[in-house]
Amino acid sequence: MTTISAPPPGSTDRTSEPAPSAGRSRRGARVPARRRGDVGFVLACLLPALVLFAVFMVVPTVNVFRMSLYTWSGFSPDLRFVGLDNFTRLFDDEQFVRAFQNTVALLVVVTVVTMGMGLFLAAIMTRQRLRGRNLYRFVLYIPNVLSVVVIAAIFSAVFDQENGLLNGVLRLLSLDGLQQVWLGDQKLVLWSVAIAMVWQSLGYYMVLYMSSMASIPEELYEASALDGASAGRQFFTITLPLIWQNLRTTLTFFVMSAVNLSFVLVRAMTGGGPDGSSEVLLSYLYKQAYTNSSYGYGMAIGVVIFAFSFLVSLLVSRATRREPVQF
Amino acid sequence: MTTLRTVGNRSRTGRALTYVLVIAIALAIAVPVAWVLLASLKQKSEFYGSPWVLPRGLYVQNYVDAFVTARMGQYFLTSVLVTVLGLVFVLAVSVPAAYVIARYEFRGRGLVEVALLAGLFVNVNYIVVPIFLMLVDWDRSLVDVLPGGFFIDNPGVLALVYAATSIPFTIYLLTAFFRSIPADYEEAAALDGASRLRIMTSVMLPMARPAVTTVVLFNFLAYWNDFIIALTLLPGDGKTLQVGLLNLMTAQKAAADYGRLYAGMVIVIVPVLIVYALIQRRLIEGMASGGVKG
Repeated sequence: MTTISAPPPGSTDRTSEPAPSAGRSRRGARVPARRRGDVGFVLACLLPALVLFAVFMVVPTVNVFRMSLYTWSGFSPDLRFVGLDNFTRLFDDEQFVRAFQNTVALLVVVTVVTMGMGLFLAAIMTRQRLRGRNLYRFVLYIPNVLSVVVIAAIFSAVFDQENGLLNGVLRLLSLDGLQQVWLGDQKLVLWSVAIAMVWQSLGYYMVLYMSSMASIPEELYEASALDGASAGRQFFTITLPLIWQNLRTTLTFFVMSAVNLSFVLVRAMTGGGPDGSSEVLLSYLYKQAYTNSSYGYGMAIGVVIFAFSFLVSLLVSRATRREPVQF
Repeated sequence: MTTLRTVGNRSRTGRALTYVLVIAIALAIAVPVAWVLLASLKQKSEFYGSPWVLPRGLYVQNYVDAFVTARMGQYFLTSVLVTVLGLVFVLAVSVPAAYVIARYEFRGRGLVEVALLAGLFVNVNYIVVPIFLMLVDWDRSLVDVLPGGFFIDNPGVLALVYAATSIPFTIYLLTAFFRSIPADYEEAAALDGASRLRIMTSVMLPMARPAVTTVVLFNFLAYWNDFIIALTLLPGDGKTLQVGLLNLMTAQKAAADYGRLYAGMVIVIVPVLIVYALIQRRLIEGMASGGVKG
């Protein structure tokens, strides 16, 4: 699923964040709500959105945290307060530990590969002025508009053991020995999911970085070329520092989107199998809640997910803080 | 271009390698999608043996099966209804809210803004379970009035949940845009005696068209492509297209009925591909203006 959100609030440096925070708003004059009837107008405009937001986002979020302190088997009124018991149980739950490890592994691998390839491709597409790059851009962005169910179905066809595209290619190349049961092998299935994740998100990040690289003035590259800088050197001394803020923002949000994407893909493609080997945090939450009817326990996993994605985002944001460079 | 000229010969092989790499990646994306389109026209017997053989003819029966037997036609209508309703809901509540946040001083504005920004960090899929339980609970308290239930299995409610959960992003983007419009237009309209409501709907809304388009695009993709919320909130017969496709996938695993599955996939893919081809420039511009996927 592609929920879209925006750069983080001005929690850190505001200097080059595109987020129009306080600084910008002063330019556009604000009408103070003092005239008669203004308060009514403001309320009428604001209330519907706030009510919907409160009912369907604030209350459920609070409920995740509240319910994690109870045991509840679903529709019975039998609700029992157990404090932090659900959380202590998590540490002894091997399946949970595996789901956590899988999530972290996917996060690290997919982030490194997607961001690395996305940056590299964006750099050569903008710097080298390839012929037909609009076509490449068009094609590479396609997976981002497809639904995850479609992507899961496509990859089921690619990875199919008998008639799959991948094994078919390997057979054509007489590399029969490399054929695998891509989605049925406990050791391989997670990497098959990772490939699908990279396939889905690569184009999105490439396009995003292309648009921020396009705003770097050409003179900078010309000047450094006169000094004899190679394309690789230019990338690290000019391109990367100048799009750093953008990269940081995407990295911070990538964590959340990858946690989510890994779940929707796993749900549609492998169902967590075989034997729980591709289970990730959110899919394990669903299993506990719907299949096992352990809502309280499921919500404790939800709390872990919230805390985990918040902490990782924060760490990434801290670790990548640099003095903004401008041109 | 100066760079290329100075580096000379070495860069010519480099350039060739670059082309090979980029084309290989583009093929890795285009080929599976194109393959699905072709495979949807194959007969059952053609699925055994090499997957790389072209279909022998146009076997349209797959589409008839998908549309009628697998009810993808009906699911298609549900998806259209839910998506359109969701877009109407989200615009109806977000445009006025974003406008007053951008233009009016009122007590608690800071708090509202912070709460909505925090909402950007809450992914819908984190909170589907409590939303589902809440709706079940509402249904149970209404059981005397409406024994059939109202909130679960209701496409309108699904649309409302979509709209509600995309409010933070929508308001964020619209507020930013409203703030970038100079206040002169509103002042002029106010001098001419236009009411507050009229200023908002007839002066500001038309000027905010680019931002509204961006919001509609991103939300359209999110609503149309979602399956987790739809799976949870519409457990009955009135499914959306994505859930229908998911069922086809499960059925195919049991019965090896590939043709119907691929035809179903094409039915799901084609509308988004058409929309994407038509508006790709706008989509990419919208992304550059501050949308980051979450």
